Amino acid sequence: ADSSVKAHTRRHITIKTGLYTHTPFSHYLPNIMVELSAKDYKLYIGGKWLDPALAGKLDVINPATEEVIGHIPAGSEADVNLAVEAARATIKSGEWSKATGAYRAGFLRKIAAEVRARQTMLAELETKDSGKTLDESNANIAEVAVTFDFYAGLAEKLDTMQDLPIPSGSDDFSVTVRREALGVVGLITPWNFPLLMAAWKVPACLAAGNCCILKPSELASMTCLELARICHDVGLPAGVFNVVTGLGMDVGAPLSAHVGVDKISFTGSTATGRKVATEASANLRPVAMELGGKSPMLVFEDADVSKTVEWAMFGCFLNTGQICSATSRLLVHKKIAPALMAQLKLRAESIKMGDPIESGVRIGAIVCKSQYEKVMGYVQVGKDEGAKVLTGGARPAHLPTGYFLAPTVFTGVTPEMRVWKEEIFGPVISVMEFETEEEALRLANDSEYGLAGSVISSDPTRCERVAKALECGVVWVNCAQRFNVQAPWGGIKNSGFGRELGQWGLESFMTMKQVTSYVSPNTWGWYPGASQ
Amino acid sequence: LYIGGQWVAPDAGGTLPVIDPATEEVIGHIPAGTGADVNLAVSIARATVKSGHWTHSTGAYRAGFLKAMAAKVRERKTLLALLECQDCGKPIDEAEWDMDDVATCFEYYADLAEKLDDRQYQPVDVGMSDSFHVKVRREALGVVALITPWNYPLLMAVWKVAPALAAGNCCILKPSELASLTCMELAAIAHDVGLPPGTFNVITGTGADAGGPLSAHPGVNKVAFTGSTATGRKVALAAAANLRPATLELGGKSALMVFEDADVEKAVEWAMFGCFWTNGQICSSTSRLLVHVDIADSFMAHLKIRAESIRIGDPLQTGVRMGPLVNKQQYDRVMGYIKIAQDEGAELLTGGGRPSHLATGFYVQPTVFLAKPNMRVWREEIFGPVLSVATFTSEAEAIQMANDSEYGLGGAVISADPARCKRVVEALECGIVWVNCSQPCFCQAPWGGIKNSGFGRELGEWGLEGFLTTKQVTTYISSDTWSWYGPSKL
Repeated sequence: ADSSVKAHTRRHITIKTGLYTHTPFSHYLPNIMVELSAKDYKLYIGGKWLDPALAGKLDVINPATEEVIGHIPAGSEADVNLAVEAARATIKSGEWSKATGAYRAGFLRKIAAEVRARQTMLAELETKDSGKTLDESNANIAEVAVTFDFYAGLAEKLDTMQDLPIPSGSDDFSVTVRREALGVVGLITPWNFPLLMAAWKVPACLAAGNCCILKPSELASMTCLELARICHDVGLPAGVFNVVTGLGMDVGAPLSAHVGVDKISFTGSTATGRKVATEASANLRPVAMELGGKSPMLVFEDADVSKTVEWAMFGCFLNTGQICSATSRLLVHKKIAPALMAQLKLRAESIKMGDPIESGVRIGAIVCKSQYEKVMGYVQVGKDEGAKVLTGGARPAHLPTGYFLAPTVFTGVTPEMRVWKEEIFGPVISVMEFETEEEALRLANDSEYGLAGSVISSDPTRCERVAKALECGVVWVNCAQRFNVQAPWGGIKNSGFGRELGQWGLESFMTMKQVTSYVSPNTWGWYPGASQ
Repeated sequence: LYIGGQWVAPDAGGTLPVIDPATEEVIGHIPAGTGADVNLAVSIARATVKSGHWTHSTGAYRAGFLKAMAAKVRERKTLLALLECQDCGKPIDEAEWDMDDVATCFEYYADLAEKLDDRQYQPVDVGMSDSFHVKVRREALGVVALITPWNYPLLMAVWKVAPALAAGNCCILKPSELASLTCMELAAIAHDVGLPPGTFNVITGTGADAGGPLSAHPGVNKVAFTGSTATGRKVALAAAANLRPATLELGGKSALMVFEDADVEKAVEWAMFGCFWTNGQICSSTSRLLVHVDIADSFMAHLKIRAESIRIGDPLQTGVRMGPLVNKQQYDRVMGYIKIAQDEGAELLTGGGRPSHLATGFYVQPTVFLAKPNMRVWREEIFGPVLSVATFTSEAEAIQMANDSEYGLGGAVISADPARCKRVVEALECGIVWVNCSQPCFCQAPWGGIKNSGFGRELGEWGLEGFLTTKQVTTYISSDTWSWYGPSKL
């Protein structure tokens, strides 16, 4: 062991022996891991660990302590070019893209197994890097493994779906369809669910036979670099999966603009999404966009107040409110608003806040200083606009360090307020009241965004009506913020376009090739005089 | 213009001439739409979407209109074909074939519209049947912009209009100003069958004045474009700036590979069809011919004889197999490429100019050049009846030459060896592969390309999906209080 390494707290340590000779020591001692891993991170390109071309690095800051806990490589355009070349060479060799789905599935299953084996380390790293609570990190990492396994299953099924016939209605022609990889795909992912957002794209992309370049957000890249380590350890062929970390303008932009990339799949802010879409469009390349939201939760008069409060909190305080689909606008029927608000206040004030690494903490730190300032800025804007603070609205007194904001609820909000219209991306709920279903829907749909929506009512017919009427891609009935790998995920309007997860995720990374064969023995007689 | 169920004069009051490319004469005018007309159409389409009358109707309801439109197209086939022929110069036999395909396309999407009702609320198994049920709805996008080209004017429009309407969208069609007449007739048909006002709108005009504002309008939920690569780029950028999805069907320089075991006479017929049909103005034309060196001489000899036998003349005459190019600009462009080919040292096998018996009209002879892969006539899309030929000696070489292109729309392989055909099919970098033929297109099969030929797939079920958005509905069915935040002490 490196004698310069400090152990922070005593923990129960389980030593695994023998199986993985290349597993870093960090696998066995999670609390020491951060120092070791931070020294070792390099870019992962063409199966090799490389220093970035411009030899720079970016600080990794634990938002709960505001301390630098490590570094990630600062990639640049030269690294992107190298990665695209490596991916393209691997595509051209056909060893991945022309392999069977079963072959690719084998690797995806191995990756899933390694993620599970390294669960503890990954979850702690995720929490220290992003500020998300440890319980949530654990849930996220478990879901990462589930997602890799899910796409392994779909990859296996692909082999039975190749060259499917299509009725042409003609005896002279037979028509089939092939599903093929796109080629080299750029994946740009955000910091709010660092490894999970990567897992929503990477396994689907690889299952389809593509070779990809992952550019995670520079605000939380460590678990994605660990994913590269896992891919290397399971022997994923070189060039199939590449990771280039760095700033958006230094890595994300050249990746989006690279002519050698066949598609870009992006999850992140609406502003950056617009830039990515523009770069790719100039090259005539398709994109998928998963952007922001200001999703409404509609609570009708027949809702169970106690149950609703739990969902209202979960909908906007999970992940410290840093969710693209946060139900950050709460539309409550006038009749139950007083009871709901009273209970929401009490429950919100009972939420355990603290260092996210402690188990049982339910609201962690906002990811970084600039986001913290932005969210605090919106809290001030809400106050200035005349909204009333029902609860929260300030840093918790017992947490003087770290980017902490108490879960906040604004009432007395009106539709022109910025806190009603703009995405805050923090634990801030804005509440309005309504009287009729028609009014609730009008208010709900009056948004530039269209990612998610939630309806809470004990009347199933109303729920169905509202689900149909909501202008968004994801509707929750009597709940919020539930994600299932099998179901199509994505929004409309300024929340983007394209669908991830499920079969849709796989299809989004494939291209359809039709094959039309002339099966008649006759000479094509369009031009008179052809000899028969 | 046809906007909101009414015939309205364009806001700026201008018109554009309609020129018959066979006679070079003005035979009529179309309205010159501009941004103001686009704004009106979008706002009316949006209001129609919001009313839910079309968007929230059943697939069966919408299918009724699509079937009615198909019937009207069949009924008016002769008139429509005549208009098409005079507007864009394609031979009357081809125009009539197009009209049959138009009606078939409407009927096909009527059928898919009906089936859509049964697919609604498709359950998704998420393995938690005690607590969560998940279903998927498929819904219209809303207002869609359809920008279509002049080479199959009505057919290219209906490839988009039929699925867009089947899906429940309200659409604004902007056909190419070079051939808009049949699209205006489509508006008349829509009106006659009582298609609800605002569901189908037609704005004619130039790309700059009408297409540009339409593709850039933030009130449009999706732009579907077929046309040149250059214009496609503009459309994609406009949609991207608004964070709206686009699909692009662009140009191509598709390769037809003829192997040594091919039946030369049969292959020659396909080589001609692949590049001379539609007067050579096909996005997927197999305009690069790769022929195995062993059969090249006999192939070229036969091709020359057959190409020179093609009847080229007044497209209104039945039996004519080649008409004029669509307009002077295209004619000049194609003649320009013929000159480039000659300057580059390509050897002319046949054609290469205006037919001597046709002094008026934008006629170009079916033309074949022996070329080399570094030549512009080999690499660049000409969009006319100009076939460039090169030879190969091995399958690997043929595949490498075929894939060495910025485009990836179509490809074709002619060989008697099914195993070889399979290998080539899998190796070709394109979206459409023809085996022992070139060009036949079935509306059930996904149509589209890769690389600079664009992205997205039309036709078939893919065409419908392209105009739908998917909404997941996740319902919590348990009676337990969600306990993430621990038990309430209240």
